[in-house]
Amino acid sequence: MIVVLNKESIPIDKEQDVVLFRNRVKEYTIKIGMGVVNQTKLITAASELVRNILKYAGKGTVLIEIISSGRQNGIRLVFSDKGPGISDVPLAMKDGFSTGKSLGLGLPGARRLVNEFDIKSTVGKGTTVTILKWKNG
Amino acid sequence: MDKIPILRFGHFLLVTIQVDLYDRLALNLESDLIQMVSKTQARGVLIDISALSIVDSFMGRIIGNIAGMSKIMDAQTVVVGMQPAVAITLIELGLELKGVYTALNVEKGMSLLQSKISLPDEDLDNIE
Ligand SMILES: Nc1ncnc2c1ncn2[C@@H]1O[C@H](COP(=O)(O)OP(=O)(O)OP(=O)(O)O)[C@@H](O)[C@H]1O
Ligand SMILES: [Mg+2]
Repeated sequence: MIVVLNKESIPIDKEQDVVLFRNRVKEYTIKIGMGVVNQTKLITAASELVRNILKYAGKGTVLIEIISSGRQNGIRLVFSDKGPGISDVPLAMKDGFSTGKSLGLGLPGARRLVNEFDIKSTVGKGTTVTILKWKNG
Repeated sequence: MDKIPILRFGHFLLVTIQVDLYDRLALNLESDLIQMVSKTQARGVLIDISALSIVDSFMGRIIGNIAGMSKIMDAQTVVVGMQPAVAITLIELGLELKGVYTALNVEKGMSLLQSKISLPDEDLDNIE
């Protein structure tokens, strides 16, 4: 069972929020004593997902949670937006797929960098991506 | 507007990125550097990212663009001081910095550049 120890919601609506948000996530990773490599992986994944919110939905929010499984602690981040949604999620998860003339690395790359990754999207309603990184994951 | 200083050392340009950059600043750096390469006819560009704790696909793309444009103008790009955690993360993210050399520090980066480029004066020295 996963217990939420602490949570905070951060609004995202402009480019400057990317660095501010990354710094906030970093503070949480330090609070639970996550090592530098895992910190860097989580923050990089988070950076990709927050960029997707800005690029495709314009704005959204991220919920930052410190969680515990009893055995270890971790950070869970929930990225939500009410943007256009994704019509073919499995396709969007493929390396190199992009509707934004970009590298198409954000979603598949973020999935590789964390321990758990979940994406739910409804066309016309929005997208929610949840990632989880354990302290020693 | 904020600017990141670009230093000139002979045939090379050196940029030290001291903070995690806002996107606009990074884009400015890209265009400033490319202009500098063309204006000074530099043969090498050193980008010191030892202070950067995060390189995501956006920043990676900027570094790649600088290297690609510099190459067209006959200059090589070396990224120096990438933190190990950043290097590991970039591989897992799947971002290859194509056409970009890496070195541990500025000094090693300089000698790498020197070895990649045949400078006219040194060629003469070699002939003697
Ligand atoms: N929050 C979102 N809302 C709507 N569409 C999205 C969202 N996030 C991703 N997508 C869609 O999924 C595709 C793949 O996203 P991904 O982040 O993997 O690549 P990218 O953003 O196109 O390129 P990169 O992240 O490498 O710059 C996007 O091109 C876009 O069509
Ligand atoms: Mg993306």
